[in-house]
Amino acid sequence: MLPVPTSHSPALGPGCAGPSLAYASASTRSDIAPPSAQQPCCGSEPFMVDPSAAAGLGLRRHTDTPYVTGTSVLGITYKDGVMLAADTLGSYGSTKRYKSFERLAKVNDATVLGAGGELSDFQYIQTLLDELATEDYCADDGMQLTPREVYAYLSRVLYNRRNKFDPLWNSLVVGGLEGGVPFLGTVGMIGVHYTDKHIATGFGQMLARPLFRERHRPDMSEEEATELLHDALRVCYYRDKQTTNKFQIAKVTAEGVSVSEAFALETQWGYQAFVNPAANALGTW
Amino acid sequence: MEAELNQAVSLGTTIMAAAYDGGVVLGADSRTSTGNYVANRVTDKLTPLTDKVYVCRSGSAADTQNLAAYVQLYLHQHQMELGGDVSVRTAARLAQQIVYSNKAMLQAGLIVAGWDARDNGSVYGVPLGGTLLKVPFTIGGSGSAYIYGFCDKNWKPGMSEADCHAFVVKAVSHAMARDGSSGGCIRTIVINKDGVKRHFLPNNEILAAYGELQPPLPASIAVGGGGAAEMSP
Repeated sequence: MLPVPTSHSPALGPGCAGPSLAYASASTRSDIAPPSAQQPCCGSEPFMVDPSAAAGLGLRRHTDTPYVTGTSVLGITYKDGVMLAADTLGSYGSTKRYKSFERLAKVNDATVLGAGGELSDFQYIQTLLDELATEDYCADDGMQLTPREVYAYLSRVLYNRRNKFDPLWNSLVVGGLEGGVPFLGTVGMIGVHYTDKHIATGFGQMLARPLFRERHRPDMSEEEATELLHDALRVCYYRDKQTTNKFQIAKVTAEGVSVSEAFALETQWGYQAFVNPAANALGTW
Repeated sequence: MEAELNQAVSLGTTIMAAAYDGGVVLGADSRTSTGNYVANRVTDKLTPLTDKVYVCRSGSAADTQNLAAYVQLYLHQHQMELGGDVSVRTAARLAQQIVYSNKAMLQAGLIVAGWDARDNGSVYGVPLGGTLLKVPFTIGGSGSAYIYGFCDKNWKPGMSEADCHAFVVKAVSHAMARDGSSGGCIRTIVINKDGVKRHFLPNNEILAAYGELQPPLPASIAVGGGGAAEMSP
């Protein structure tokens, strides 16, 4: 018995659990007489691929609202490859609930995936990618998914789920080395996707992107790239409510993928104007 | 930027589980409420999934009871094929799969904890939405909001069984002191390689919190109602 992948449905598209073949299943319409000896239907009775959709109850409603969420993910290309960065917080509304959640995951030796948004959907996406990687492993030909393939696949999955009004509530960043060339792409929960030399999701779009635009160069050294990421993470920590000062950086180079240990950044609070902001203006904030 | 996230759903309860060196301690209050009415003041929210794996239930009573029954059924079958103890990780993952697959229809915040030979004591949180997280300790339910600070301050890794049990009892009692949806008695379970021990702390034996009075304990009641149970032949 061949193992059936539970998370792909060739009938319904990527990212959906459903029938494995588009087979004709009986319609629930009662105004059409079922085939009988006296009146055989010549194969023209209505059929559907996904009976649960026809029930009209919206049985496939999945993620209406996110519960446990992650915030921004940042990514930049540099001379040797790609770096992704994210904090390790899983928020529950405005509660900072899980402080050691790893939002950067190694996909294979050339690809790394970072996610913000609903973290249970991120865990599900990791399962989908695991299934693809297992198929590759069984083929045993030394080939593995390239970052661009992972990016294209995830864009199809998220767009397909969006079309079913059942989105995977995530903002994803895919980074890696594509034939030795640094690759960085992002896919949103409605299927919007693009590649760029530097990427930011969530609050990072507002806070980190201006820093990237000003200081990023594709031929940056590792030290310059790390410093730029640290500065961008620091700004996100200052100005995003749902962050902690506990970050990870994932690096993809020709040597492979490494996800760093969690670290904290130095922050600046000692300006005199901060200590006493109302010194020259009573009642100011 | 993003849509305003819904605030934490009120899950009238306080549940927690903590791993210590050699096992786990689970704890919960005993109040089930429908609106403002206390439907059950002595609920048991700590439900066995297998011999050595228990789940703390918060959220909809119906959803979690039925979910626990399903998980018990599948784990029982799995255990027969396995011929040995089911691992805590398997039990937690199964519960998570059910919660995640029925995300829109279930309201279940679970904590799965237990002991198995491979990982010793382990605690897994399965919050709303169906994320699976292995954690050293975790708290859940509406009452948990009041004890994040307390638990952050008083949790230590590598506690003894007695210390861990005292920590859980104290934390749950602090949550019950301020959360209207939590109350009644404190039930705790200790699971280690030697087995499962249940403890019951009745409401009138919980140390009174700030602003409360310690109620008098009832005079001991003799069995049979003090001699009134003599039956005439």
